[in-house]
Amino acid sequence: MAATETPMQRERAQTIYEKSKPGRRAAVLPSAGVPEPPLEELIPKELLRVESPRLPEIAEPEIVRHYNRLSRRNFDLDTGFYPLGSCTMKHNPRLNERVAALPGHARLHPAQDPRRAQGALELMWLLQESLAEICGLPHVSLQPSAGSHGELAGLLLTRAYHADRGEQRTKVLAPDTSHGTNPATVTMAGYEVVKVATNGQGGVEMDDLRAKVSDEVACLMLTNPNTLGLFDENIAEIAGVIHEVGGTLYYDGANLNAVMGHSRPGDMGFDIVHVNLHKSFSQPHGGGGPGAGPIAVSERIAPFLPRPQVTRREGGNGSGPSYDLDFDRPKSIGRLRGFQGNFGVFVRSYAYILSLGADGLAEASEIAVLNANYLKARLAQGRAGKHLPIAFDRHCMHEFVLSGKPMKREMGLATLDLAKRLLDFGFHPPTVYFPLLVEEALMVEPTETETKESLDAFADAVEQILAEGEQDPEIARQAPYSTPVRRLDEVKATRQPVVRQALS
Amino acid sequence: MSRYTSATSADRAAMLETIGASSTAELFDQVPEALRLDRPLALPPGMSEAEVFERLAELAGRNADAEEQVCFLGAGMYDHYVPAIVDAITQRSEFLTPYTPYQPEISQGGLQVMFEFQTAMSELTGLPISTAGLYEGPSSVASAGYLAIGATGRRRFVVSRGVHPHSRETLATYAEGFGAEIVEVGLKDGVTDPAALADAVDGETAAVFLQNPNFLGVIEDVEALGGAAKAEDALLVVAVDPMTLSVLKPPGECGADVALGEGQPLGNRLDFGGPSFGFFCGTEALIRRMPGRIAGETDDVDGRRGFVLALQTREQHIRREKATHNICTAQALNALAAMVHLSWLGREGFRELGELLVRRTAYARQRLAAVEGVELLHKAPVAREFALRLDAPVGPVLERCAEHGIAAGYPLGREYPEYENGLLVAITERRSKEQIDELADVFGTAISAERGEFLSHSESKSPQPQEIG
Ligand SMILES: Cc1ncc(COP(=O)(O)O)c(C=O)c1O
Repeated sequence: MAATETPMQRERAQTIYEKSKPGRRAAVLPSAGVPEPPLEELIPKELLRVESPRLPEIAEPEIVRHYNRLSRRNFDLDTGFYPLGSCTMKHNPRLNERVAALPGHARLHPAQDPRRAQGALELMWLLQESLAEICGLPHVSLQPSAGSHGELAGLLLTRAYHADRGEQRTKVLAPDTSHGTNPATVTMAGYEVVKVATNGQGGVEMDDLRAKVSDEVACLMLTNPNTLGLFDENIAEIAGVIHEVGGTLYYDGANLNAVMGHSRPGDMGFDIVHVNLHKSFSQPHGGGGPGAGPIAVSERIAPFLPRPQVTRREGGNGSGPSYDLDFDRPKSIGRLRGFQGNFGVFVRSYAYILSLGADGLAEASEIAVLNANYLKARLAQGRAGKHLPIAFDRHCMHEFVLSGKPMKREMGLATLDLAKRLLDFGFHPPTVYFPLLVEEALMVEPTETETKESLDAFADAVEQILAEGEQDPEIARQAPYSTPVRRLDEVKATRQPVVRQALS
Repeated sequence: MSRYTSATSADRAAMLETIGASSTAELFDQVPEALRLDRPLALPPGMSEAEVFERLAELAGRNADAEEQVCFLGAGMYDHYVPAIVDAITQRSEFLTPYTPYQPEISQGGLQVMFEFQTAMSELTGLPISTAGLYEGPSSVASAGYLAIGATGRRRFVVSRGVHPHSRETLATYAEGFGAEIVEVGLKDGVTDPAALADAVDGETAAVFLQNPNFLGVIEDVEALGGAAKAEDALLVVAVDPMTLSVLKPPGECGADVALGEGQPLGNRLDFGGPSFGFFCGTEALIRRMPGRIAGETDDVDGRRGFVLALQTREQHIRREKATHNICTAQALNALAAMVHLSWLGREGFRELGELLVRRTAYARQRLAAVEGVELLHKAPVAREFALRLDAPVGPVLERCAEHGIAAGYPLGREYPEYENGLLVAITERRSKEQIDELADVFGTAISAERGEFLSHSESKSPQPQEIG
């Protein structure tokens, strides 16, 4: 395919430092209005900086243009379908941005006296209550900053729980389908990870689980539905096996979007759940955060929750309830971060919960599951059905995993090639090469906010790419063609890392 | 249909037919019946956009924000002016709504921002390597602990009491998991006690943790203190306030191996504590142990310059249990806000702002120290925040100031019982001379009122036997 350069490709990347010229500036600061002695009279000279950091020197119009042009070199959810499995790329309501930006939220100092932050504490309390109800677990801490931070909280809670009973356990079980943050967290929390196998239905292999449980097991970490998009039907039995040896059960809530209002982790037997507010509860993903990873826990874990906790006191004499921050929690694992958590995220997610309400949340999960099954059915037809078979052929929940193994064998196209060719069709590809269990995996999560038309268009594009691949696989192997840059040399970036702009 | 979904009944019917299912309920069949929720969630019904707005505005209205009060609160987060272009750029769909740049060909915008951000943080700290950022300040301190254990094979941290209490507590929380002992070194005359620090560091010490300016606002002699770490081959980890790095000697020139901190002062709003971001910089030697994303420069197949996530073999999605950290979703949008703010300030503006803070702080410190019943907690040099001791109970004084529309500062007593009536006062470019003068006046009145009350109270009470229990 003759690659003629698009205008954006012709425009070579130039950093803001390369656009800088001495003497240019944007900011005009207020004058000091106070005496202005030389700095050396206020701070000993040897503690002062000699040369200013070489920040860009550039006026406002060019800053705006620079970042707007850069923004156009991103693909984003507002512009196109983004079926990135496990990430729940659902619509981000702009109402949530508006309410988060209200000065009462955005300009509230985190050290404000709780008596003057009653609205914020009430909001946190209400969000806690809502998440407790959705998860089916009574106590919530909003502190963790993302899913992985919630996982760490969960394992530290597990450690504190066992220590409180005079026990020192060493192992944490996790299925081989688990997300990378699970095993990474296990090590960080000072435990050893033990992998559990997956059975023919995509669930936990019960015999393997039974063989690996012992009183050394502190916890089992599980995602349900799991990363194959399948609900583990043996979950009650699994919970029984773990609880019998005294372990805790941790629910990686990355896939909660499948079951809101339909099934609750607490009822499944889990002790600790994290919720990714940037997935199920519509916080925008921001190009890689911010998010938040609140945890909900059972009674027996509650005494160990992070400090501080939001507490509510019923009012008397006609006054309403009041809210406070409780630091006096002797069994608490302590803080996981500064201040109270990613409050701006709480505002957005609470606005989302208020907008949808009980019915709307259940409907969101229902449509998420309907959309996934529909797209799965569409991709079971035609060439996709032949070259990209479903890894476990049953109804899925909110996402499903295809295997590109036949495509690779028969057409010489790797999953990566298909993904790159999808870019030329204007789609964000699914998650690729995860879960590790499935060869040449493609993990597809459409979410509830996509229309049938979008799903059809995606299925059509896959069909077209496969048809094209039958004729000439080289097209996909060299893709993409239309993106701001084409395939990048990732090996070079790691072997000879250049991680900042050289400045003179 | 809710307002965020689009499946009409005709769509549903057509989709179910393609699936070969009779109802959506059938799709949930894999959930064992006993685990299906047989009632609606006990949450209120959905509300219209206008109603949600009103409800959230009502909640927001019950907070005393920095628009309603003159805010002298700091302790790691500051009421800086965030320029309008920060909002305009961070609210663009192209930055707001994608995820982590897993597909670099369609994520060059975000990746280049990371690269530019890394350059800026490297410039600020004087260290060659910066990551694309972590959650926030205190958990970044804890992450440095995890890095130090891996880098040295030792399990002992020596931590100055001048490090933010939230950071010290977070480090202790994490250390309970990965296993490390923490030794705290006290403050003397407002700075980390150098003799006690030298005594505490030994051959088992993985890292020494300092903060500059420290929690009391005092500028530490990081270079001199760091000698103790160097002598035992322990890592020197320094938490810094990025806004002071235009005027203070950067940690990279003071021997720091890791410099990190809370990024909120750069382009991020207060948001009652988050989201902001943590920055994390280190020496060349630590590049393969750094936590989180790092963007790197490379070429595409046609030779065009481009950016990718580099050194991913450190990360959880590749290395799993052997990863250098568990972080996945971080705070990319907040780092973008910082980058835009820094571009707006520019090299000159950033320095001018730092100098402005130092001078206004010096003025405020002098003005408040002259108030009857107030003394400086220490005389050591400060940058943008300082600590006072009141000759009156600090809680009621703050309450009186609040009644005059002023959040006068951060009381030290809970976290530093040794400074029972201590108060930390922070200055930003938003705090004018007039506001500082007003604070001094209100403060003076409040303190004398409290002292009067306090004295008459204790007089009337003094003959009474003290209540015990
Ligand atoms: C299954 C699963 N678990 C855990 C995580 C980690 O969550 P976070 O990125 O919020 O740390 C993710 C997503 O990123 C995930 O998909």
